[in-house]
Amino acid sequence: MSNSGRTITESVTRTSESTPSPTSAKPVQVKLVLLGEAAVGKSSLVLRFVNNEFSENKEPTIGAAFLTQKCRLEDNKVIKFEIWDTAGQERFHSLAPMYYRNAQAAVVVYDVTKAASLDKAKSWVKELQRQANPNIVIALAGNKIDLVEPQDDSEVLSNIFREVPTEEARAYALEAGLLFFETSAKKGEGVVNVFTEIAKKIPVEHIMSANRSGSRQNILNQSSSRIDFQPGGLNGPIDNCID
Amino acid sequence: MDEEYDVIVLGTGLTECILSGLLSVEGKKVLHMDRNDYYGGESASLDLTRLYRKFRPGGTKPDEYGRDRDWNVDLIPKFMMANGELVKILIHTDVTRYIEFKDISGSYVASGEKIYKVPASEQDALTSSLMGMFEKRRLKNFLEFLQKWNDDDPSTHQGVNLDTTTMSAVYDKFRLEPGTREFVGHAMALYLDDSYLERSARETYERIILYITSVTRFPNLKSPYIYPLYGLGELPQGFARLSAIYGGTYMLNKQIDEIVYEDGKVVGVRSENETARAKQVIGDPSYFTSKVRKVGEVVRAICILTHPIPNTDSNMNSVQIIIPQNQAKRKHDIYVASLSNTHFVCAQNYYLAIVSTIVETDNPEAELQPGLKLLGPIKEKFVYKSDLQEPIEDGTKDGVFISRSYDATSHFESVCADVKDIYKRVTGKDLVVQQRARQEE
Repeated sequence: MSNSGRTITESVTRTSESTPSPTSAKPVQVKLVLLGEAAVGKSSLVLRFVNNEFSENKEPTIGAAFLTQKCRLEDNKVIKFEIWDTAGQERFHSLAPMYYRNAQAAVVVYDVTKAASLDKAKSWVKELQRQANPNIVIALAGNKIDLVEPQDDSEVLSNIFREVPTEEARAYALEAGLLFFETSAKKGEGVVNVFTEIAKKIPVEHIMSANRSGSRQNILNQSSSRIDFQPGGLNGPIDNCID
Repeated sequence: MDEEYDVIVLGTGLTECILSGLLSVEGKKVLHMDRNDYYGGESASLDLTRLYRKFRPGGTKPDEYGRDRDWNVDLIPKFMMANGELVKILIHTDVTRYIEFKDISGSYVASGEKIYKVPASEQDALTSSLMGMFEKRRLKNFLEFLQKWNDDDPSTHQGVNLDTTTMSAVYDKFRLEPGTREFVGHAMALYLDDSYLERSARETYERIILYITSVTRFPNLKSPYIYPLYGLGELPQGFARLSAIYGGTYMLNKQIDEIVYEDGKVVGVRSENETARAKQVIGDPSYFTSKVRKVGEVVRAICILTHPIPNTDSNMNSVQIIIPQNQAKRKHDIYVASLSNTHFVCAQNYYLAIVSTIVETDNPEAELQPGLKLLGPIKEKFVYKSDLQEPIEDGTKDGVFISRSYDATSHFESVCADVKDIYKRVTGKDLVVQQRARQEE
């Protein structure tokens, strides 16, 4: 637990090098990982959240290390999500331990039109509970609800039916202690909600106090210092804030 | 996997993962497979369960060591030179974004029955008890000579030609004592034996400069070394992620049954009833047993301790100790590399130490004794011997490019040299390592 706390210390220190606006506190950096079967829309969900865009027939994930997005809470605390995509490494069960390391949040995605994808989501939840930080906040997101909603335009969608009833998934999420949402990355429905509800549930105070004690300890015992390769520049260049 | 790829990579050791990452970034279609269910191959860091599975077949890990995830035990003991090639490649590829690093708190060298801190700065050198007052001045002159050296300015050469003068003659010129030569050659230039003395001085010059520039590479370093949090196994994982982000396909726990050739050239790799096709295959020696030869053996002892290494400074959470060959009456140095919970490689209140050397006798474990003796009481010890292997051919004929085993040196310079060498043979061009413009995310 203290391990993850200290990782945050460093991130916050780096982020704080840019002048904070007078109204906002230092953003608390939160590593969020995406999980779920291939082609359930993990990347689309994030692109909708971060860039508010969607592209049909998107190629499997290529070229993004991770995206960042800030979320302001009601009490003016700012959470900066560092969102890690699987980069396709989940396809053949080859995600590295590095992926889960110090993740404080996870969005486990399934496709409401594919029952098997919920089974897969359940196995990812088990994996997270085994490998990840014990306080990790996990959200279950049933994506592609646009495919099963009544269509009011001319799009004809044949042979696509909901295979996962909302109540069944909700009951599982409740039992497993997960946040639950249904989303459409295509239409944008429910997407921002996933991230803001996670942001609310993140134990910000805990992370911040862990940071404080972590840094104090570092100064006192003169233990090794972390190496900064590009001072101030490690957090990725994109910073599309909601606010 | 029944598809055509540009390159198939076998084994997820660091060398293979760096190459896979570099090639994917360049737009090559890469399939990367490993027979193990974890990343890293011979350069992995293992959790306790996997550590016991590897070294105590049939045994189980004791409960007292705590949770698996608190342990990341390196199989190969190496630290990163802060100004070395690996750091340059990490920055070039932006893999620094996935991994955090800390410094190693000290480097020691054995002399007689004692260990001494290797001076990391001029100030250290002046206060070190390793040598006398006059010798300190001679060492200072020698190091200043090296630091001022400029190939284009003969006035800095003092009659030395780095390409023809032997290192031994350079030491003579500065009248360095045998003890100082041993310390410079083994603890700064990091040579494992004394064969460098009769070679031209340039190589030693470059190694000493690497040492000095590493100590000053980042603020407040206490040694020339840095180390990735959670173990060296993070390095291959980071480069594998880079490769995946640029389209590389990853398959762990994949049985490799056959390297398929046609007319003496590689055409693909078969796993059970699937065959992936490619004209180039890169891999570690374990996937090509008939195409490699043994050039030596290394013996290593991974030790779990409940205390820091005795006789080091009180705040040392991580150290390297070099026992030069002559001190141990051997032909090769013995290295000790120790880490702790500070680098998240073991549970709190435990320490790890790996003692290693090149095998010279029929009783390799006994050869480690001078190093083991420095550790104090050892709670658990895993001793293992590995062959050092290298490819017999360079791959131009059959399209198979095989990496070298991880050697006994204490850093990654030889690994990076191998990466650059294979890269050139695979792509036909030199690897130019520089800071790239950040790609759009």
